[in-house]
Amino acid sequence: MSDLQPLVEVQDLKKYFPVTRGVVLQRRVGFVRAVDGVSFTIQRGETLGMVGESGCGKTTVGRTMLGLYPATSGSVVIDGDDIIRARRRDQLRIRRKAQMIFQDPYASLNPRWTVNSIVSEPMRVHKLFANAKERTERARELMGLVGLNPNLINRFPHEFSGGQRQRIGIARALASNPAFIVCDEPISALDVSIQAQVVNLLEELQDQFGLTYLFIAHDLSMVRHICDRVAVLYLGVMVELAERDELYENALHPYTKALLSAVPIPDPRKDRARKRTILTGDVPSPINPPSGCRFHTRCPIAMDVCKEQVPVWQEAAPNHWVACHAVTNG
Amino acid sequence: MANSLLQVSNLRTRFHTPEGTVYAVNGISFHVNGGETVAIVGESGCGKSVSMMSLLGLVPTPPGEIYSGTAIYRQSDLLKKTEAEMEDVRGREISMIFQDPMTSLNPVLTVGRQLTESLRVHLGMTQAEAERRAVELLEQVGIPDPARRLGDYPHQFSGGMRQRVMIAMALSCTPSLLIADEPTTALDVTIQAQIVELVAQLRAALHMAIIWITHDLGVVAGMADRVLVMYAGYIVEEADVQDLYDSPSHPYTLALLAALPRVDRRRDQRLKSIPGTPPNLLVEPHGCPFAPRCEFVIEKCRHENPTLIEVDKNHSSACWVNVKTGAPR
Repeated sequence: MSDLQPLVEVQDLKKYFPVTRGVVLQRRVGFVRAVDGVSFTIQRGETLGMVGESGCGKTTVGRTMLGLYPATSGSVVIDGDDIIRARRRDQLRIRRKAQMIFQDPYASLNPRWTVNSIVSEPMRVHKLFANAKERTERARELMGLVGLNPNLINRFPHEFSGGQRQRIGIARALASNPAFIVCDEPISALDVSIQAQVVNLLEELQDQFGLTYLFIAHDLSMVRHICDRVAVLYLGVMVELAERDELYENALHPYTKALLSAVPIPDPRKDRARKRTILTGDVPSPINPPSGCRFHTRCPIAMDVCKEQVPVWQEAAPNHWVACHAVTNG
Repeated sequence: MANSLLQVSNLRTRFHTPEGTVYAVNGISFHVNGGETVAIVGESGCGKSVSMMSLLGLVPTPPGEIYSGTAIYRQSDLLKKTEAEMEDVRGREISMIFQDPMTSLNPVLTVGRQLTESLRVHLGMTQAEAERRAVELLEQVGIPDPARRLGDYPHQFSGGMRQRVMIAMALSCTPSLLIADEPTTALDVTIQAQIVELVAQLRAALHMAIIWITHDLGVVAGMADRVLVMYAGYIVEEADVQDLYDSPSHPYTLALLAALPRVDRRRDQRLKSIPGTPPNLLVEPHGCPFAPRCEFVIEKCRHENPTLIEVDKNHSSACWVNVKTGAPR
């Protein structure tokens, strides 16, 4: 798969947010290094999972990739176009190919707009159809595609349940015929019985249209189910990247191991029998990230070298990348 | 069940709203033994939180109404107590921790002030005694440098640390029953594991009973002794934790477990989703509430609501069908 030209190519992506003090005269006193040099590729039709604790930068990666936040540095190439360096008049054309599904189905739909206006908006912006009638026709089609009754097209978001709203969000994302969709925690606000419905829908749409997904989530069980490869982020940097089963069965980075061991298993005998690595403390502040390996303050096997040197990103096994001194030094 | 700490019978709670009556809790009965951890599992709107709020007299009336039921706690009925009597029960006998620690802590008072208040009010301690005890409590829940942190405000704590503060407050008067309402839902898995471990340790050390409300069947597996599964205001299944996962006997429990991906297993197929959506609680229940979404449904389910019947020792299910054979019971 890696011989082919990837659809998405992210190179050394950085996004710093300034920290300011003062109300009128805002002095910059530092930066939140939300994303601090992340590189990866996604093949056509592939689903790449991105996991990590809150504050690890996974949402910022997704948003910066689509230009929702201006990147501090780095490049994001989607289908041959650099979305960050593109000239203004090219940007619209490039953005049509990349869309987003948001976490909160309540906050991400305009409550004053009908479903028709919400789903037709991307078609209007990208001038995909000649008139409103054709756009509405397509919006009805999209509603059917995501499992909503097209006759409800003139209703407002509050008339729908959480799961149905997420379907509206998916229909909107599909409206511009994108090749790539960033799914930012698309199911974490939904009930368990509805989560499976939405995940299955995303998979069906992927099969049908050959979509490529970046699936950002903190639910590691769901990520194992839906993703082909998984990237683990910690404090704005990538610590491990591997094919799904390789990562879950042969995790190399102590952070990945700890994350996986914290996920509860719905089977009492198994859950109680296994050994847990419980991480102490919280994620440190991304304003002043720890020196060397950023995980050394919480790492159960930290050595002296971890405090001083940043570990090298290396391929420890075929297609299994990791940044850890313990792996490098055997 | 003679020696149970809490015995709830036929609890019904309704809300009278402008849109109509919401049938939130529809006649649930269960018990909690001393020192036991009971998990109540269900999705949003299933009545798991409202039933607990009803027990503690925290349902605002109106619009709420405790329509029927008894809740016998140490020989007296919680539902018949006056507000003044309940104030003595809450915090001292039965404590509650909530999902979002930020909204349950007062943002403009220091953590020390909030911790010492209940100690002074409930236990009549002096300020100095209360402060000493508050430091002990914070230490017990694993907050580093507790004496200094007493002077900090809630926003200076991280999410996990705030939940620890909430637990410290809940434990301050050494209650015999702790009700935890989705205490780890807002937290990362790593922090969730810390909190679950902490509660398990404290339960053993303090011989508390715990009611743990959650939607996460994974967390339940690791920490509960007994599980109640709720759907649309009813308890649909009750079992010891191992039995529930080994032989789920209600179609809803079965479907929930089938809809869960597993972190410890390779993917073999698409997830089995539950079709449809949870029922509208504005409609007076008629027949089995799960019938419209159930794959085992028979004609009887649409007219008559099944009650909990024992399908095995200490294992009850409210279903007209035997899910193992597919035949009516």
